[in-house]
Amino acid sequence: MWIWLHRLGSPPYFYRFAGRLLPWLWTACLICLAVGLYWGLVVAPPDYQQGDSYRIMFIHVPSAWLSLLSYVLMASFSAAALIWRVKVAEVLARSIAPLGASFTFIALVTGSLWGKPMWGAWWVWDARLTSELILLFLYLGFIALASAYDDPRRAARAAGLLAVVGVVNVPIIHFSVQWWNTLHQGSTVIKLGGPSIALSMLLPLLIMVVALHLYLFAALLQRARCELIARERSSRWVNALLPGRGVSDELA
Amino acid sequence: MTPRRKRIVLVGLLLTGVAGAAALALTAFQQNLLYFFSPSQVAAGEAPPDYPFRLGGLVAAETVERESGSLSVRFDVTDGSQTIPVTYTGVLPDLFREGQGVVVHGQLGAGGIFHADQVLAKHDEEYMPPEVKEALQVSDNGAGASRGPMGGAP
Repeated sequence: MWIWLHRLGSPPYFYRFAGRLLPWLWTACLICLAVGLYWGLVVAPPDYQQGDSYRIMFIHVPSAWLSLLSYVLMASFSAAALIWRVKVAEVLARSIAPLGASFTFIALVTGSLWGKPMWGAWWVWDARLTSELILLFLYLGFIALASAYDDPRRAARAAGLLAVVGVVNVPIIHFSVQWWNTLHQGSTVIKLGGPSIALSMLLPLLIMVVALHLYLFAALLQRARCELIARERSSRWVNALLPGRGVSDELA
Repeated sequence: MTPRRKRIVLVGLLLTGVAGAAALALTAFQQNLLYFFSPSQVAAGEAPPDYPFRLGGLVAAETVERESGSLSVRFDVTDGSQTIPVTYTGVLPDLFREGQGVVVHGQLGAGGIFHADQVLAKHDEEYMPPEVKEALQVSDNGAGASRGPMGGAP
């Protein structure tokens, strides 16, 4: 396990490994996305109170979960980069930030669209919504800081510290609906006594969750590969990719 | 080996420091982070008496009275132990009905009546198809709370 992780830390090995994994991830992601969207938007029954409006959760819930997961991953990559100075970890942290920011943004926007008809307000300053908005600002701060330095290694160190510090916000977001009175409802799927959602709605939701996880990892690896060859453009292994044989399918 | 150890310790210290600070700050602002007060908290005098605040709870069954010819409505908000009467004039959200969670913004007036200027519906975390709900409805407390006022007189 450690040896494998160690090898994954080497840029050329990571580049090849990610390249081999990518087609599988994208295929699985597209299949799950197609099945999940059709099942969720067309086949699943309407809700007894919200009618069809609840279907927005098939996008909202996975995006919100992934906005938290992306942050935890970004902070872990950053911590690994700070401690062990692994270049691949720096690249991964930097590559996941825009993805996490997008998921956060999607969660906020879809939640707002749902909030207007259901709650009667586009936005309220309750603990859940506010902490999720702070998460978006943390992502944007990370991205800004990471591109504020010319030296990528220095940028990774500065932005990495921000990522590690910001990770305290993640449990606050998750538990905000339990710790304080919020307008946002509590957890439906992850709670004591099992999920309080009908199976016919839970299954498409879980498929969408899997689909968007696959999307996150596929997009992350894809972005990390690009970032890696851009950063290592003067190294021998990148130049070895360029002229000779097998290049076209290596980069495809 | 030693500088790496040092960095591990530094990152660890940074995390515990920030987590501790956040925990202290959140405990200090506990009150301000509450989005609403429950009727029991209001009855115990925890809500500010002369300032607007938010009150949250369930709309008590069979208390919703609409004034014909206007958008005025009055209902009781309860949390099981305490009940506070609320008056409101305006359009109610789709999910507003008896037995449903609401958060109302307004001010406590004379006679303990809460004058609301905004009503938000609080959705619970239950999702099910209508058939399942019908099957579950053992004690039907009148599903006829109608689907919102639709604005205007009948």
